[in-house]
Amino acid sequence: MSTTTTTHTPVPERSQPPLLVAGPIAWMRANLFSSVWSSLVTLALAYFLIKFTVGLIDWAFLKSVWTVPTDPATGKLNPDACRQAKGEGACWAVIWDKYRFILFGRYPFDEQWRAAIVLVLFLGLFIVSAMRRFWRPVLALIWVAVLTAIFTLMWGGVFGLRYVAQDEWGGLPITLILSTFGLACAFPIAVLVALGRRATNLPAVKLICVIYIEVIRGVPLISLLFMASVMFPLFMPVGLNPDKLLRAQIAIILFAAVYLAEVIRGGLQALPKGQYEAADALGLSYWKKMGLIILPQALRLVIPPLVNTFIGFFKDTSLVLIIGIFDLLTSGKVAVADPIWQAFSTEVYIMLGLIYFCFCFSMARYSQSLEREFSKSVRR
Amino acid sequence: MSNGTQPAIQLDKVNKWFGQLHVLRDVSLEVATGEKVVVCGPSGSGKSTLIRCINRLEVHQEGRILVDGTELTDDTRALDTIRSEVGMVFQSFNLFPHLTILENCTLAPIWVRKMPKAEAEALAMEFLTRVKIPEQAKKYPGQLSGGQQQRVAIARALCMRPKIMLFDEPTSALDPEMIKEVLDTMIELADSGMTMVCVTHEMGFARQVADRVVFMDRGEVVESGTPTEMFETPQTDRLKLFLSQILRGH
Repeated sequence: MSTTTTTHTPVPERSQPPLLVAGPIAWMRANLFSSVWSSLVTLALAYFLIKFTVGLIDWAFLKSVWTVPTDPATGKLNPDACRQAKGEGACWAVIWDKYRFILFGRYPFDEQWRAAIVLVLFLGLFIVSAMRRFWRPVLALIWVAVLTAIFTLMWGGVFGLRYVAQDEWGGLPITLILSTFGLACAFPIAVLVALGRRATNLPAVKLICVIYIEVIRGVPLISLLFMASVMFPLFMPVGLNPDKLLRAQIAIILFAAVYLAEVIRGGLQALPKGQYEAADALGLSYWKKMGLIILPQALRLVIPPLVNTFIGFFKDTSLVLIIGIFDLLTSGKVAVADPIWQAFSTEVYIMLGLIYFCFCFSMARYSQSLEREFSKSVRR
Repeated sequence: MSNGTQPAIQLDKVNKWFGQLHVLRDVSLEVATGEKVVVCGPSGSGKSTLIRCINRLEVHQEGRILVDGTELTDDTRALDTIRSEVGMVFQSFNLFPHLTILENCTLAPIWVRKMPKAEAEALAMEFLTRVKIPEQAKKYPGQLSGGQQQRVAIARALCMRPKIMLFDEPTSALDPEMIKEVLDTMIELADSGMTMVCVTHEMGFARQVADRVVFMDRGEVVESGTPTEMFETPQTDRLKLFLSQILRGH
């Protein structure tokens, strides 16, 4: 070996790795066809996926019946076209005929525009609340104003609107009222209960919170709803019988608060002790410490499980079906009880599923964007 | 209430236990206004517990602690007042990660001192300039280095205009190249006449700024004196052993 002076030639910079390592072909080779077995599984799954998708498109769009003619003799719809297509194509005519009943239940037909405005108001409220630039005290005012408007529209009896009793309400507005009110009222209760359960220096408060959580959590929501609708009126003096919807609403709030409280407690416990100490050392009082330092961080930590609970409760409001409250699911069920459409419940349930899915999926996507937003500022 | 003769901090036969572990044994200590005291000792000697008792992050179980003439008791309102007069800097910084540097500094002045926001921000910028990081004001703690975070923590405490500053091993969690910037900030603070109690292993810092060094071991104050006395002519075997271990490490 001869002695040479080592010189360093700089390695040229390249903007990307070679295509066979990082391109789509490489990705497929690594993830779909890495071995014989993996290739077989990929091909089998692809086969079933394509077959299913083709079948679905065929059923839902190509062979489906969109409208049926009115029978001139009876003046009713004639679903014969649907009956013929049964098993091969969907009968969307049932939706076309029943969508207003499904959305608004037994709400008087001529007044359903009011319930429709209520839906728009709810959606507007959700959208505004989701935007961070409205996260100011004024948002509370917006909520009060919108909810007042919603109940004024639903009940009527003022401004020349016809009075509509609560047992005539139904459909999607009921579902949105139960879930929005339920979660909006349950959340602050949950925060207080979570703090109470951790208040080691207030043993009585702590005990009450623990009992509340354990008792409610140990009982199914259905039995709580039964108690609210059947047992509770028995204990009330004659004549004083709070509205059934309100009773179900209270049961839902009490139930949701427990689950949210436990999720929030998880966040409180996950915060490092140093955060509590730093707040103490600055002389912040208990409520300022919690409101300014601890809760903002704890709640951010538990966004995923919180939204999980929210989604769960949004769907659980459909349990009020068993105590005869006319929510979205109930009105769907009643719609297909119509003798003309009895054979076509699948289509109705698909529509109900799609409505629930839209709300739940929006919540899920929103929580993801919120997490991304927060993780930008808190890079530890 | 404070006057020239009354000590800023007074501990009288303070005892504390963690379960059955006797972590503070009859600790008595007086810190005069403007005095700088460095507390040192091997780990587990109770020095952090001692300093945390001074603003009641730990509750002592026997004896008396007076801060600025007020005794520490269960009275939470009095406690919040004392805590707002006593600044504390932690080993692990404990900045609030969800707030910007500026918000970290203005939070307590606004919410505890009821200071208008603009005034609090001006004050915060003044102290951030003093610790030499005004340009980081809009960033979040997670975007700063350890040394910068600790300097923010010092500025945050100073924004309350405290009468006393407590430092609990402020440089122990820092990379070696960042220790100096924090110590420089502390030295500057000492020169400004602040009353300081500092738990640290930085003997160079102790020599430079401390009026008095207190050596603790197994929950007791074993020896105390000026830095020169302590480091040149240690009286007890325990201090001699400790110094030899410290010096070997350097």
